[in-house]
Amino acid sequence: MATIAAASYAPGKAQSGLWSWITTVDHKRIGVLYGATAMFWFLVGGLEAVLIRIQLMKPGNTFISADVFNQMFTMHATTMIFLAVMPLSAAFFNFIVPLQIGARDVAFPRLNALSYWIYFFGAIFINLGWFLGGNSAAGWFGYSNLTGIAYSPKAEIAMGPLHILVNGVDFWAIGLQILGIASLAAGFNFIVTILNMRAPGMKLMRMPPFTWMTLVTSFLIIFAFPVITVALILLQFDRFTGTNFYVPDGGADPLLWQHLFWLFGHPEVYILILPAMGVISEVLPTFSRKPLFGYPVVVYSGIFIAFMGWGVWSHHMFSVGLGPLADSFFAITTMLIAIPTGVKIFNWIATMWGGRIELRTPMLFAIGFIGLFTMGGLSGFMHASPPSDLQQTDTYFIVAHIHYVLFGGAIFGLFAGIYYWFPKITGRMLDETLGQIHFWLTFVAMNVTFFPMHFVGMLGMPRRVYTYAPNMGFTEMNWLSTIGAFGIAIGMLFFLANILKSLRGGKVAGNDPWGGASLEWAIPSPPPVHNFGTIPTVHSLDPLWHKESRDAALRCNEVSEHIHMPPNSYWPIVAALGINMLLSGMVFGWFIGIPGLLLMVLGIYKWAFEPCH
Amino acid sequence: MSVRRIRTLLQKFAALAALAVVLASSAGCGWTRLNYPQTSLTPTSDYARDIDTILNQQVFWVVVIFVLVQGMIIVTVLRFRARPGAPDPKPVHGNTALEIAWTIAPAIILALVAVPTVETIYRTQAPAAKGALQVNVIGHQWWWEFQYPELGITTASELHVPAGRTVNVAITTADVLHSFWFPAIGGKRDAIPTHTNYMWFKPDSLGVFMGQCAELCGTSHANMRMRLFVETPEQFEAWVAHQKQPATDPDSVTNAAAWQGRKVWGDQICFTCHTVNGVENAVGIVGPNLTHVGSRTAIAGSIYPNDAEHLAKWISNAPAAKPGSLMPNLGLNDEQVKALVAYLQSLK
Repeated sequence: MATIAAASYAPGKAQSGLWSWITTVDHKRIGVLYGATAMFWFLVGGLEAVLIRIQLMKPGNTFISADVFNQMFTMHATTMIFLAVMPLSAAFFNFIVPLQIGARDVAFPRLNALSYWIYFFGAIFINLGWFLGGNSAAGWFGYSNLTGIAYSPKAEIAMGPLHILVNGVDFWAIGLQILGIASLAAGFNFIVTILNMRAPGMKLMRMPPFTWMTLVTSFLIIFAFPVITVALILLQFDRFTGTNFYVPDGGADPLLWQHLFWLFGHPEVYILILPAMGVISEVLPTFSRKPLFGYPVVVYSGIFIAFMGWGVWSHHMFSVGLGPLADSFFAITTMLIAIPTGVKIFNWIATMWGGRIELRTPMLFAIGFIGLFTMGGLSGFMHASPPSDLQQTDTYFIVAHIHYVLFGGAIFGLFAGIYYWFPKITGRMLDETLGQIHFWLTFVAMNVTFFPMHFVGMLGMPRRVYTYAPNMGFTEMNWLSTIGAFGIAIGMLFFLANILKSLRGGKVAGNDPWGGASLEWAIPSPPPVHNFGTIPTVHSLDPLWHKESRDAALRCNEVSEHIHMPPNSYWPIVAALGINMLLSGMVFGWFIGIPGLLLMVLGIYKWAFEPCH
Repeated sequence: MSVRRIRTLLQKFAALAALAVVLASSAGCGWTRLNYPQTSLTPTSDYARDIDTILNQQVFWVVVIFVLVQGMIIVTVLRFRARPGAPDPKPVHGNTALEIAWTIAPAIILALVAVPTVETIYRTQAPAAKGALQVNVIGHQWWWEFQYPELGITTASELHVPAGRTVNVAITTADVLHSFWFPAIGGKRDAIPTHTNYMWFKPDSLGVFMGQCAELCGTSHANMRMRLFVETPEQFEAWVAHQKQPATDPDSVTNAAAWQGRKVWGDQICFTCHTVNGVENAVGIVGPNLTHVGSRTAIAGSIYPNDAEHLAKWISNAPAAKPGSLMPNLGLNDEQVKALVAYLQSLK
């Protein structure tokens, strides 16, 4: 008689209540935590965007001041990239990947929890500027030497009896440092998980495409984040100890920052898009009732994009004067990377061709992704050539490109994932009517917001401007963009209403509401804590769509062995709090920093020696 | 799919593509400089035309690919929508020939743009023609300084050049990153501490063109604007000759108001930041050179018209008129402001 060993050693082993969430090491719960937190920050970032758009609605507007506006777009981008899109992708890495590979959890469950809690506290820290004297106003890319002490000087901020010397740039730089630790840990975790914990028979080329993209993204994370870590450390030395890494008067070349930042920054945009590409590579086949066309090509294209993504960084620097050889080199590599991207798009269309397409909400978002991401890719193609880019760079033309690829691309892909996997996560279906309204409203509003930006940029409007003159011809298009932004906001209301309604009383989903191909659809919704009663053996790609694999997979719910699940633990949150306090000590002082160091050391030590049953 | 069907679809694509190209190319018609003073779409120099040539090639391919891809998506979704009684789809896993074709086709299109791209890069970044007019551009928070080293002229915000002669611009900054951008005459180039970036262009159309800083440089980045005056060679020579003239102090009888202002200028030590050539202590380099400010069309980084009302507003409280302005609120009374306005207006 098989038994499931609940954690026999676990402080607070109840599985309901706040404490169970705080101490969870279950990848499914951590996925839900990431998803909910990311959605919160997505709304915050969206609010920041709406405030920006209100200010730009008419020329000479005084809705928010110049300085607050500059903080607003800095935080909008920082929030969306680091606190919304990446964690939303992480939510799916967490919940879905172990299920897709037939595992019971990730390789390092407590490290997984650590990543989440570092993100949780780091997100708060990076937003403290709203309350403590202002955020960074230097853009999410923080170019030196604007971020140096000379041009972003520290000011004294009173917090009750405590007086601190800080500038928003400090919150931004230290905050990113903190968040980077979370991403790095998660990157390592998923690489080890995917390479080591696949079910028997699941060769690499039998993995679902979402798992593949998770693997590729994780490699990008572990190579890219050290670069920005170094860049930020040099900046922090400048700002806290008076070094001259980026200070021109001290002999530095400010371009050092740009090279380091974009060496990170370009792989970062692939970190943002590849997971969403993985999602739609699952959704399109499921709702076309046809396998992914050219699966190996889609996988290899993703790998190729990840490699090539390291060779294009200076296309963000075409106006900097690198010289004709560098400009030409990066122009060519940037154009080259369009090829595997285009190949993926054609394979997705070919997946639908000859299929039997069900236009349910996940599919609508996936199809929307293809169309909108293509638009972003085409404007990207236009920036790839330095001569024309020198008109486009730092204008709203680029803002249009960014939002077509990140909103029309990454966000639409992630919404496809939410609508697709919500039934698996919660056991209930999202309402289809509300979903369709959300999609169509967002699709139309998104185009109303961002399409005019192509034109207003080519007609001379630079980026990052809190206002513009009335006779420039920018007014009507800006007004239109603002209307569109309100439309997006209303669309989000339908989405939130859908979530709330469906959590409470949505239709019961069952194991496999969509007829999916991968292993997560073989188990109940929501999955039991141990995922699989028996680890299935896989005989092919798309196991649920091939008879032999399907029969084997559907036996996975019979519990046939002793299952040991990792017990809950509070040391990850303790260590995460410690790390946050240690790094915040740079701003708040040694009496936060030293306890933070001790807490971190304590947390890690106890974690290391914690018994596992 | 039948041959007839394929042909019909291809015809539809061709029609759409043609329509799109026509629309896109005619779209430039309404977008004149009259409506869009800072447009990059109506080139007025050799450099800008080179850029425009590349842009047109890109727009052509973008439209073609857009119509093709979006068309394919729409056709696919409409054609293969689930219908009751529709047959089960065939589980096609791939097609090598297609993969090769749709890898090579984009590569060819990219090559068609890459070749002129590299060629244009080398041509536009070659050293400027001999005899070019040298202009040094220095970015400041938040105004542009222009020096003509061979002519001994220093001015701000308004750049005058003769049509038909190459202008070689040497760009740098006194503080943080900025970017020098007059869309009408070409692309932008960043102003970077410890660097000098070069850019040249030969303007071919007379007129006044708007420009703006295009690299976030602090609070009033949006207010760091400038104007380019492309003139006939004769007009340019006249402007140069005039700019070389130092200012003379106003006469206390014929221009009492300005004479009063000249006194305030001295009392308030405006010269510590602003140079007026010919006036005592012409040493201020923190702020723009004001020797001929009276003949400029705009002030404060080309954000306000150069009239008494705006001059008064600026001098009374610069930070209120331009957020973050390094020119402080000098705490002057109305009389002092009025006098200074008269003095500055006399500096034609």
